[in-house]
Amino acid sequence: MTGFLQHTFNGLVGGGFYALLALGLAVIFGMLRVVNFAHGAIYMLGAFGAYALLIEVGLSFWWALVLVPLALGLVGMVLERVAVARLARLDPLYNFLLTFGLTLVLQDLVKWRYTVSSVTLPESTLPDVLAGSVPLGLFAFPTYRVFVFGCAVVLCLAVWWLLTRTRVGMVVRAATERPDLTAAFGIDVGKWVTPVFGFGVALAGLAGVLAAPMRAINPLMGTDLIIVVFAVVVIGGLGSIFGSVAAGFGIGLIQAWGEAYAPALVSQVLVFLVMAVVLLWRPAGLFGREESVA
Amino acid sequence: MRRLLAVSAVTAVAVAAAGCGGGGPRSSGGEKLSDGKIVLGVLNDQSGVYAELSGVNSVKAVEMAIADFKAKYGDKAVTQNITVETADHQNKPEVANTKAAEMYDRKAVDIILDVPTSSAALKVADVAKEKKKLYFNIGAATTDLTGKACNKDTFHYAYDTYMLANGTGTTATKQGAKNWYIVYPNYAFGQDMEKSFSKAISNAGGTVVAREATPFPNNTGDYSAALLKATTLDPKPDTLGTMQAGADLVNLVKQYNEFKLRDQGIGLSVGLMFITDIHSLTPDALAGTTFTDAWYWNYDETNRAFADRFFAETGTRPSFAHAANYSAALQYLEAVQAAGTDDADTIVKALEGKEVEDLFLRHGKIRAEDHRVIHDAYLARVKSSAEVKEPWDYEEIVETIPAEKAFNTPSPDCQMPKS
Repeated sequence: MTGFLQHTFNGLVGGGFYALLALGLAVIFGMLRVVNFAHGAIYMLGAFGAYALLIEVGLSFWWALVLVPLALGLVGMVLERVAVARLARLDPLYNFLLTFGLTLVLQDLVKWRYTVSSVTLPESTLPDVLAGSVPLGLFAFPTYRVFVFGCAVVLCLAVWWLLTRTRVGMVVRAATERPDLTAAFGIDVGKWVTPVFGFGVALAGLAGVLAAPMRAINPLMGTDLIIVVFAVVVIGGLGSIFGSVAAGFGIGLIQAWGEAYAPALVSQVLVFLVMAVVLLWRPAGLFGREESVA
Repeated sequence: MRRLLAVSAVTAVAVAAAGCGGGGPRSSGGEKLSDGKIVLGVLNDQSGVYAELSGVNSVKAVEMAIADFKAKYGDKAVTQNITVETADHQNKPEVANTKAAEMYDRKAVDIILDVPTSSAALKVADVAKEKKKLYFNIGAATTDLTGKACNKDTFHYAYDTYMLANGTGTTATKQGAKNWYIVYPNYAFGQDMEKSFSKAISNAGGTVVAREATPFPNNTGDYSAALLKATTLDPKPDTLGTMQAGADLVNLVKQYNEFKLRDQGIGLSVGLMFITDIHSLTPDALAGTTFTDAWYWNYDETNRAFADRFFAETGTRPSFAHAANYSAALQYLEAVQAAGTDDADTIVKALEGKEVEDLFLRHGKIRAEDHRVIHDAYLARVKSSAEVKEPWDYEEIVETIPAEKAFNTPSPDCQMPKS
C-alpha cells in the first residue's frame, strides 16, 4: 500500500511537468494554430538558465524561478513578432518547420557553451526549505518533489482562473475559439497573440527551472521529453486547455503505475498505447472538439 | 615460430636501416611502408553522449602518441610522415560502417582506433575484416568483439562488460554486498551487463534479489518507480547495481540521492562509469560508490605526468578512453617500427602474444587466441568532496585486479583464423 501511494505521488509529480508543458502548448496552439516544436528546447533553456543563475551568477533558486521564465517569455514574444507571425498565414507546416529548426539551433548553441555532457544542480544549491524530505504519514517524500507538485497545481489553477474569471481570459478564449467573430465585436485579436505566445513559452521555461534540481541538465533533455508531451496534448485534445492539464496529470499517473507494475516492454510504450486507443475512440482527443467546417 | 618471425623482421629492419645509413633522414625506411606514410584513423562520437569521455580529446591523445614516437626515434623512425584522420560516427552503426570504409579506402588509413557504442563497434569489425586492415577498439564494451564477432584484424583494447561485472560485481559482493537489486536499461548493452553482473554476483556468493529493466531511451529521465521499488523488496537489497550510462546514469544517481536510499541501507554500485560522469554529477552525489575503472589519471607518477601534459593540451583530465587511445596508437607505431612495414598481416603476427608495459597497459598482454588485450583493472571508490584535494581528484583505487583475473578466458565462440 505504501508502495502504491509512493508511486501515485510520483506520478502526480511527473504529471505536473507534463501539465505545465502541455498547457503552454495548448494555449499557443489554441490562439495561433501553431504547433510549437521548440517547446522542448525552451524547457531545456529554462533548466540551463537555472543552472547559470545558481552556479555561475550565484543567485538563489527563488530568483531563478522568477527571472528565467520572464526572460524566456520575452524571448518568445520577440520570436513571435520576428518569425512566427510572418509565417502565420501560410500552411501550418511552415511554422512547424521553423520551430523544429529553431530547436536544432538552440540545442547546438547550448552544446557549444556547455558541451554534451550533463551538468547538475547539487542539492546544496537549493534553499533549505526545499531540501530534505517531508513525512507524509506512511512515508517520507523529498520536499522538492512536493514543492514541484504544488507549483504545478497552483499554476494550473491560476491559468484556469485567468481564463474563466477575468476579462482578459474571456477575450483570449473567444479569440481562440472564433477569431473572426471576436474581431467582428471590435476586439483586436492580433494584440493578444504575442503575449499569449510569450506566456506559453514562459510556462515551458518555468517547467525547465523546476526540473533543473531533479534532472541531468543537458542539451537533449527537452527533445526526449517533448515527444511524451505531444502525446499528452493529443490525448487531451489539441488546443483544449482543460484537456491538456487533465491528460498531463493522468499520463503521469499511468506512467508511474506502468513502470512500477507492468513489464518493461509495456511501460516503455504505455503512453503511446493510450494515445492510440484514445484516438481510435475519440479522434479529437478526450476534451477536444472536432474541427467544424466553417 | 611467431617469435622467430618477429626476430627476422627486426633483423630485416636493422639491415635495411644500415643499408641506407648514408641517405637523408626522410628515406630512413619510409619505402618499406605501402605508401611511404602511416595514417591513424580515430572514429568516434564527437557530438553526442559519448563525446566527452572520448571524442576529439582522443584525437589529441593520438597526436600526443605520434609526437612521443617521433621524439623517441628521431631520424630512425620508420617514417616522419604520420598523420591522423578523424570522423564522427554519431553512435550510428550505418554511419560508422560508411566512415570506416571511407577511411580505409580513400583516406589511406592503416588502423582505426576507438569506436565507442557496441553496435557501431561491431560494424567496424566487419569492415576491418573485409578490407584486411587493422582495428583497435577502445570505446565499446561488448564482449562479442572477442567472441562470435572476433576476426584477425580486430583487437579489443581497453575494457569490456566482463571486466566491469567481474570487477565491480565480484569484489563488491566479497566485500559484503550480499543482496543485489539490479536496474538496467532495456537494450543490448544493458541486458549484457545485467547477465554479466548476475553471474559474477552469484559466483561470488551473493544473490540478485530483483532486477528491473527501465525503458531505453528514457524520455522522461525519471527513475523513481524503479528506485522506490528497492525499499519494498523482500529480502531488502543492500546494494543497488545500476547499469545505466551517460545522462541516464546522472538522472538515476540524482534521484537515488533524492530518495535517500543510502540512508535506508541501500548502497550504490555502478556498472560503467567514466571520470567525466563523476565530474558532471559532482563527487558528493556519488561519494562511497564503487565501480571498476580501466585506468585512473592520479594512480601513480607515470599516469600523472601524462595527465598533466594532457591537461595542458585539452584543459581537462584524461578518462581511461583517452589514455587507451594514446597507448593503442603508440603500440601500433612501435610494432610498425619493429617490423619495418605497415603490412597488416605482419603487424598482427608481431602483436599476437606480445607482452606490453606502458602508460595504459600494466601487465598487458595481447592475447593471440581472441585478440583481447588484457591488463590490470582497478576497483575504485568515489571520494567525498572533503577528501578531494584538487579538481578531478575523485577516485580512490581500492584494489588492483590482476590482468589475468580482470578479463574472461578466451571465448569458445571466437574462431580466430590461424596465421
